Amino acid sequence: MYRYDEFDEGFVKERVSQFRDQVRRRLAGEITEDEFKPLRLMNGLYLQLHAYMLRVAIPYGTLSAVQMRRLAHIARRYDKGYGHFTTRQNIQYNWPTLVDTPDILDALADVEMHALQTSGNCIRNVTADPYAGVARDEIEDPRIYAEIIRQWSTLHPEFSFLPRKFKIAITGAEPDRAAVKLHDIGIALVRNSAGQTGFRIDVGGGQGRTPIVAPTIREFLPKQDLLAYLEAVLRVYNMLGRRDNIYKARIKILVQSEGAERFAALVEEEFARLRGGALDLPAGEIWRIRAYFAPPQYERLRDDPPELTGARDADAEFAAWLHANVAAHKEPGYAIVNISLKPPGGIPGDASADEMDAVADLAERYSLSEIRVTHEQNLTLPYVRQRELFELWLSLKIHGLATANIGHAGDIIACPGLDYCALANARSIPVAQEIGKRFADLKRQHDIGPLTVNISGCINACGHHHVANIGILGVEKNGEEFYQITLGGRADERAAIGRIVGPAMSFDAVPDAVEKIVNVYLARRESAAEHFVTAYARLGEGPFKEALYAAR
Amino acid sequence: MPLVRNRRIVEDTWTHVADGEDIPLDAAVIVSAERWLSERASLVHRNAPVGVRLRNDRPLDDIAEDLFRFGVVALEFPAFKDGRAYTQARLLRERYRFDGEVRACGDVLRDQLLFMQRCGIDAFEIRKQADAEAFERAVNEISVFYQPAASGPQPVSAIRAGAVACWAY
Repeated sequence: MYRYDEFDEGFVKERVSQFRDQVRRRLAGEITEDEFKPLRLMNGLYLQLHAYMLRVAIPYGTLSAVQMRRLAHIARRYDKGYGHFTTRQNIQYNWPTLVDTPDILDALADVEMHALQTSGNCIRNVTADPYAGVARDEIEDPRIYAEIIRQWSTLHPEFSFLPRKFKIAITGAEPDRAAVKLHDIGIALVRNSAGQTGFRIDVGGGQGRTPIVAPTIREFLPKQDLLAYLEAVLRVYNMLGRRDNIYKARIKILVQSEGAERFAALVEEEFARLRGGALDLPAGEIWRIRAYFAPPQYERLRDDPPELTGARDADAEFAAWLHANVAAHKEPGYAIVNISLKPPGGIPGDASADEMDAVADLAERYSLSEIRVTHEQNLTLPYVRQRELFELWLSLKIHGLATANIGHAGDIIACPGLDYCALANARSIPVAQEIGKRFADLKRQHDIGPLTVNISGCINACGHHHVANIGILGVEKNGEEFYQITLGGRADERAAIGRIVGPAMSFDAVPDAVEKIVNVYLARRESAAEHFVTAYARLGEGPFKEALYAAR
Repeated sequence: MPLVRNRRIVEDTWTHVADGEDIPLDAAVIVSAERWLSERASLVHRNAPVGVRLRNDRPLDDIAEDLFRFGVVALEFPAFKDGRAYTQARLLRERYRFDGEVRACGDVLRDQLLFMQRCGIDAFEIRKQADAEAFERAVNEISVFYQPAASGPQPVSAIRAGAVACWAY
């Protein structure tokens, strides 16, 4: 993991003092709420329906056990005993008070954390593949570049008052677990025909009311040019992005209005003037950062040790968990373990302080003290020995953290919705809970196979409904909640926006509708190997539409 | 409105002249880029200093070849949320190598001052007296920077690289 040096440590402390003074000035009435707003937003502090909400940065979703324990402590001391892991691999607290926030930030700084740039119209916390560094299919570890980008974007003097928020995601593997094509800038490590590693750059993806899959504006960017190129993209956006209409202010609108080709040409023109200058990324700097992410001292182990295979054969429940929640590791004898934060009837992404402490303990014992947060709002233990999987699973079960539904119907992404959010039109969490209960039977979920169901409480799409196989969008009509269903979206390397299947329906009708859709799939799939999204692509929306609306 | 230049509150020796207003003959004036371009033929023959005020959606190329004639380029921040002039400031310093005064005007508040300074702005028409008085404190709240910019200390990446190089000797 990255560790702060004296510069980082000094910086974060200075930043907390600066914010402490900003809060003091606000409380003393020296600045207006309007003037304070961008300042608090740059420190992750929102004003929600009932209270302030503090969003803490978890850079590229990587946490140590010590940091996780600190998050638990903050949940206990300053919140109501829980936190909410987000689709941008961060955690948010829904009940802090304004006066407490500088103390919370101090508590975070002690463990090398902060809430910088988790909101506001600046470059947001960078996200990455949660399997970074351990994925079997990886070209290169994206955390190295995520950290370089994190540092470069921190309090960037030119780009702290952009037209709108700006999100960057990076993946080092071809299977895209970071949804890079749905970000303002998506970066993928690629190899060119000469065998060199560099970056493919996609710009102008996003969800919200105008969902767009990002076009590629550069097929191959040499590594040393990364920051110069990013600065060129941001500069073009800062000057030309729309500022007259908040809904048209994201870079995707600029890329669409200019056209990807012309936008790319503008970037190249700026890049030509920036490359080779002070932003040039020397190999030495890449190596310096890379050293922080050096692989641990792996034990020499073999895949499928008897401790694993014996337990798998003896315990069907364990076998089902292995199937759904455990992924292949690049090192023989190791495994990547996902911890679902989506128990049936639970609130997606929520974790209690006790659960956070439990995960911290288990990470220490079984995963070299490291934890990842996924954009699906789950947690990952990246370094588990296969021979200890059964033991780990037993411990997870004790804490209610062994729900075997990763990537399945119950693994729902949902935004906070009308229960918390000032922007929402409809509730999201109760919809997720109802669907979760409906599909609580894990055997059935596993029979259905990989399926993503996401829920947003308004068109801002924080619940990623556009890119779900089955997406659910809350809308409001005459003061009543209704839900629109989209089908066929996906957030992976073949990213696609789902299509609205028909008229919106009432809250009560949603679980039935999801069930009908799933039943059509089960009846029409060629075999269990044909996953929902593939079957949908083959069948088209016809049979699903008919099942949903024909009886009306 | 107080003006801070070289980190001190000073008397403003420049006068902003609105479009349509008469330009005083012997005073240092700041005129809009539009006016400069339309009255360039006569303005270039002025003896008194002239500066230009640039809208934040105007490309610098429009005035690039006349930059050496200007004592001041004033950049506009119509609202503190509108950050286009930060880019203009950096381009003025880093690309056009403008070494006269780069001045921020408009909605200039305390918490933007450090960003502005790092982008190469060295004079600030600050809306509130209290913010102007807090200038020194505001620009010293942070001392560690993570990216190269138009002015200010080296970014930490350069300091770290330097430290490694020294150590290697």
